[in-house]
Amino acid sequence: MPKLSYLGALSKALNDELARDPSVCVFGEDVRVGVANITKGLVEQFGPQRIVDMPLSEQAFTSFATGAALVGQRPVIEFQIPSLLFLVFEQIANQAHKFSLMTGGQAKVPVTYLVPGSGSRVGWAGQHSDQPYGLFAHVGLKTVVPSTPSDAYGLLVSAIRDDDPVVVLTPAASSTDREDVDPAELGPVPLGVGRVVRPGSDITVVAVGHLVQEAVAVADELASEVSVEVFDPRTVYPFDWAGLAASVGRTGRLVVIDDTNRFCGFAAEIVSTAAEELTLTAPPRRVTRPDGTVLPFALELDRAAQPHRDQLMDAVRGVCGLARKDP
Amino acid sequence: MSDAMSEQYSTRERLYRTMRLIRRFEEFCIKLVRSGEIAGGIHPYIGQEAIAAGVCAALRPDDYITSTHRGHGHVLAKGADPAGMMAELTGRVTGLNKGRGGSMHAADVSLGILGANGIVGAGAPIAAGAAWAATRAGEDRIAVSFFGDGAVSQGVVLESFNLAALWQLPVLFVCENNGYASTLTVDNAVAGTIVGRAAAFGIPAARIDGTDAEAVMAATREYADRARSGGGPALLECAAYRFDAHHTWEHKSFVRYRTREEVAEGRSRDPLLVQAELIGSETCERIDREVEEVLESARQFALESPKPDPADALDHLYATGLRPRAGVTAHA
Ligand SMILES: Cc1ncc(C[n+]2csc(CCOP(=O)(O)OP(=O)(O)O)c2C)c(N)n1
Repeated sequence: MPKLSYLGALSKALNDELARDPSVCVFGEDVRVGVANITKGLVEQFGPQRIVDMPLSEQAFTSFATGAALVGQRPVIEFQIPSLLFLVFEQIANQAHKFSLMTGGQAKVPVTYLVPGSGSRVGWAGQHSDQPYGLFAHVGLKTVVPSTPSDAYGLLVSAIRDDDPVVVLTPAASSTDREDVDPAELGPVPLGVGRVVRPGSDITVVAVGHLVQEAVAVADELASEVSVEVFDPRTVYPFDWAGLAASVGRTGRLVVIDDTNRFCGFAAEIVSTAAEELTLTAPPRRVTRPDGTVLPFALELDRAAQPHRDQLMDAVRGVCGLARKDP
Repeated sequence: MSDAMSEQYSTRERLYRTMRLIRRFEEFCIKLVRSGEIAGGIHPYIGQEAIAAGVCAALRPDDYITSTHRGHGHVLAKGADPAGMMAELTGRVTGLNKGRGGSMHAADVSLGILGANGIVGAGAPIAAGAAWAATRAGEDRIAVSFFGDGAVSQGVVLESFNLAALWQLPVLFVCENNGYASTLTVDNAVAGTIVGRAAAFGIPAARIDGTDAEAVMAATREYADRARSGGGPALLECAAYRFDAHHTWEHKSFVRYRTREEVAEGRSRDPLLVQAELIGSETCERIDREVEEVLESARQFALESPKPDPADALDHLYATGLRPRAGVTAHA
């Protein structure tokens, strides 16, 4: 079976949607040569009218996409680095996202904000290593973080077809992943529907993006002691509460691993809602970046600030009442 | 009267009627603010009516506009229904935006009105994007972005100048220079000149009298024709004076930033009177009566319309009809 790479999946999704729907277009920096390896070859196929190299004017071109979308286009913006979303928070959170409600449903803004390479990229330090999905989820934007190549394909396709603005953050740590899939079996993955990646009966671990693989590795490692279910929400917002409720209904225990800051973070939301509304047989825990983290440069510090497999292991053991393994 | 004359006469009449409608609409609204029927207040456009009227008279119904926090004039001049607009301002379900937008977000997308906008300068890139999309679709529509003198210091506006000029987009930037951004004078805010900022991007620009609706219309027509036929963007700086407070809320903060003399001087060139002189008192009176009737029925329509059901507070949040979670229910 052919190996589908994570970046290849994103590229194929763009290609397929550009071919399927003439209103789809791509905006971004260096998209014609395809510096991020996702838009390579698209300009030869679809022309410079649809694959548009933008000047370094993120704020203008983000709302430019809103204007184009309001009158019938379906732009996909590729952002070079995740922290650019801080620069265009006004244009996404305050403009594009609010148009539907503020106009009483007259306007739709089908723009996709694609951020390949979100989260830590080794050696890129403070301003290039953010993972801002919690911010967009808080505001209420549809926000997806695919964890596998086939999800990357399917969620990007759904984001492009969705009539609302959708933020798609693909973790840098996933970009070299590969998966055995038959391209004919690729299809859209609905927004808002999570997936049990690995079934288990003692505890549910919610993991997002590249951390899904870490969670599966921890589950495998602990298999002789405890049965861990790994739940990948795939869409951070809207979150699949029903899917989580079903999982926690089976396990009664919960740990969330989330590569964003702890305070007011995504994991905090999942844990507190579960505490309010689900039946838990043990206090839940979360594994996150520390409060208010800015990712430091030196490799040891960068690693120390990101949630780690060992911390997840401890959290799972703690919640399940197992003794901590001696280091 | 020759046909040409009668056509000119009707245009004159039309400009006066639009300005009168805007002026009286806002006077009605100010009363509704004072009586509490309009929550939060409005940014009155009084004194600047000739700009909206003149610009929109030169546009086609299918052209696009983006507007500002001071947007009533633009939205009405582009053809929005005054009754729907008043219902919107009073928060009724029959409002243009079903009571979800209010004064600062009034929109009628079917008329190309892509929304008033509460963020200074935010409409410029949206208009540029709409203009790009129109060109891409092979249409000859143009987009107009209205903004104030305060907005020319916003980076996003200058970035939009660059994109529009780079790609020769059919977008017309209309800067309404009323001398103030809230209380800050333009002299204390703008280095160089407003038209100079356009010139830096190779965008043709003119500074005109924004109290003369016919001059505004003529200048707009020239730039609009040029844009429509592929000539690219232009900037029109329209000088005018804001007669009233920045916002109806202003009197509560007791700010003083304009002298009585200055306000009197500014008010002495009233664009409505300028236009009235051109059409004679009889015609004015006829139009005035008609406008009063329109507004009285708008007021009635608005105040008699139902208020929204609180249970519907999150309707229209998403174009797809998604509703936020009410609570957690497990899959069966
Ligand atoms: C980006 C931004 N900054 C500040 C404000 C608050 N504010 C609203 S209107 C205004 C003044 C705008 O002045 P100008 O653009 O000249 O338009 P005018 O009010 O004179 O019509 C300010 C500062 C805002 N809404 N948006």
